[in-house]
Amino acid sequence: MPVLRAKWSGALILQQGGAELIKRLEEFLRRNEYARKIVKKIHELAPNAVEKTGQSPIKIMDFCGTHEYTITHFGLRSLMPPEIELVAGPGCPVCITPAYYVDVAIKLSLEGIRVFTFGDAYKLPGSGKRGKDIRSLEEARAAGGNVVVVYGILDAIRMAREDGKESVFFAVGFETTAPSTASPVVKGHVPRNLTIINVHRLTPPIMKYTFENHRDNPIRGVIAPGHVSTIVGARAWRFVVDDYGIPTVVAGFEPIDILLAILEILRQHVEGKPRLVNEYTRVVTWEGNVIAQRQISECCEVVDAAWRGIGFVPESGLAFREKYRAVDALHQYGIKELSPEEWKYDLPPGCKCAEVTLGLAKPTDCPHFMKTCTPGTPYGPCMVSSEGTCAVWARFGGGGLAEDIAKSLGIV
Amino acid sequence: MTWYVRLWRLLTLAHGAGGKETEDLIKHLIVDSVPPKYWRVEGGTGLDALDDSALIPIARDKYIAVTIDSYTVKPIFFPGGNIGKLAASGTINDLLMVGAKPVAALDAIIAEEGFPTEQLKKIIDSYVSTLTSNDVAIIGGDFKVMPKGQVDGIVIASTGIGIVEGKPIDDREIKPGDKIIVTGYVGDHGAAILAAQQSIGVKFDVESDVKPLTSLMLPLLEKYRPYIHGAGDPTRGGIAMLVNDWAEKTKTVIVIEEEKIPIRPQVKEYAEMLGVDPLSLANEGAAVLAVQGDKAEEILEYIHSLGYKEASIIGQVYEAKDPRHVGRVLLRSVTGGVRILEPPSGEIVPRIC
Repeated sequence: MPVLRAKWSGALILQQGGAELIKRLEEFLRRNEYARKIVKKIHELAPNAVEKTGQSPIKIMDFCGTHEYTITHFGLRSLMPPEIELVAGPGCPVCITPAYYVDVAIKLSLEGIRVFTFGDAYKLPGSGKRGKDIRSLEEARAAGGNVVVVYGILDAIRMAREDGKESVFFAVGFETTAPSTASPVVKGHVPRNLTIINVHRLTPPIMKYTFENHRDNPIRGVIAPGHVSTIVGARAWRFVVDDYGIPTVVAGFEPIDILLAILEILRQHVEGKPRLVNEYTRVVTWEGNVIAQRQISECCEVVDAAWRGIGFVPESGLAFREKYRAVDALHQYGIKELSPEEWKYDLPPGCKCAEVTLGLAKPTDCPHFMKTCTPGTPYGPCMVSSEGTCAVWARFGGGGLAEDIAKSLGIV
Repeated sequence: MTWYVRLWRLLTLAHGAGGKETEDLIKHLIVDSVPPKYWRVEGGTGLDALDDSALIPIARDKYIAVTIDSYTVKPIFFPGGNIGKLAASGTINDLLMVGAKPVAALDAIIAEEGFPTEQLKKIIDSYVSTLTSNDVAIIGGDFKVMPKGQVDGIVIASTGIGIVEGKPIDDREIKPGDKIIVTGYVGDHGAAILAAQQSIGVKFDVESDVKPLTSLMLPLLEKYRPYIHGAGDPTRGGIAMLVNDWAEKTKTVIVIEEEKIPIRPQVKEYAEMLGVDPLSLANEGAAVLAVQGDKAEEILEYIHSLGYKEASIIGQVYEAKDPRHVGRVLLRSVTGGVRILEPPSGEIVPRIC
């Protein structure tokens, strides 16, 4: 059974380290031979599942940007039978960061305040016009703004401590990244010269929102985000099965993980019993990281929050609690928080990022994709982050061309 | 509006990263500024080919090969070498890749006021010894110092001159049926530099592969020159850029088998951790060759016998069956699925998680 083998190898991998780890990963969670067996089973079950669901192709959503990366990077769509459609969901925190906060960060950097940012948010366009305004922190740096790319808030804290310069950390991300912001805040490790633009967002609320948007042609399977689940626990997705009756598998990020998740979803359809399954047991537990959860709720309260191009989604964001106001950059600089009344549609004209984020359009449906919007010249936010669906498709040629070429050459 | 104003008001680091943006900038801003008549010397190659070196004909089947490159690297001294060795190796390799025997080099150095002379001496020693040990003369140069802050440490420009006797290697001759060979581990230089630049506190025991490929290319050219249709050293932009460039130039499709690409496990791991593709990472001591299909195994064996044990056949050139496929590179992943191997684009920056 490939299932058992993959799980066994998972345990094995955790005991290894460094270069050995990659070798093991390759061997057990990527290589052709296991993949071929699982793919064969998927092909066998797919027609049956189509019959049971009455939907063809069966729409399965991968909710994490890294899942979409794995699917595209390893060419998993080319291994799928025609009865299965893999759709990318709202799994990219950079893509949904409202333009408003990017504009704030740019403005601060140009005023000489040092802005620390993650690599992907560094290129994220705000509301500025291309060729006219300074649109991103990258362009702000080229124009003399003070922008430093870091791996995490700890680098920002260290540098801010070292030189005492007035600094701001641009904190974007889902539940995966939120604890790294919350932890130093609640522990009092953030120096006084460093404040934080808090744009953290929560995934279960946007998942609900996405289901509502797919009512006409419902999502029939969810590959639930593995990274986020390490924090929130597999239990966070119980509502998907309970409220929506959708088979749900928390999956890891190796090709075999994802293939197993797809197979499991099909099995559940064939059996007619949707369940929540945790495939990613080598990392994800039922409860998740309770310490991290506690730190987040100590530091932040859950608020209605804006998502780029989508608008306000109820209870989908984190904001600093009153007692941590001192680290809140917006508060410190007297900048207004974004409100539902003042939120304006914040995607550039023609950009389909919101639809792509919600899985309602493919990157290749967008008139800008790979024409005026490329990874080097991103026009919309989904082209920026390595987890953005457009960026993934652009970097790894998503959209069916690869399958087409392979067929024409007779090599699949 | 011209493309560069529309897309980029100001230069960014992406324009110098050796990927799609660099290519666009060179084509639109530089090549287009030169009247086509002056793209090359009559009978030779130049901006029309945009190959590793330009060729000037001097006799029947005899050419002078010329190349120039500027070198800037942070840190200036990196695991496995320094900017001097990098400049010398790059110069030699650019000549070898068009089938030339390197004979002479010139350098132009711009250093920053306050730069330690002891370090300068070390850099020059590396530059000189790398060239002379490969039988290349250093026949001239230039040296300038800029006021503090006006240049970052040291920048070296290096010109190489070589002689081609016989058929030059012109990448435009790559054709369907050719096999793609890579002669060493992929991505070592890029990974070593990235590791030295990034402070993520992970021990990483890979050195840059920077070295001249004379001991590989001269015997190989001697024996198999007519069968080598294309050669390139995948520096900035890595293998991904190089094979895409080839597919585009020759209007073919190239298929790469991921499983066959030699990559050190630690490089792969490090690249994955940073979210960069090892195929886009620079190499400074490996070559990629396109060789006639039926000779590929024999050539590979000979490359192994020259001490390049990691060399591997990683792919094949195909005829495009549809206009939409022209110039595309397909990669078959280790899992068995296929995807497009895109040329790298943008600046390599760390990702969020």
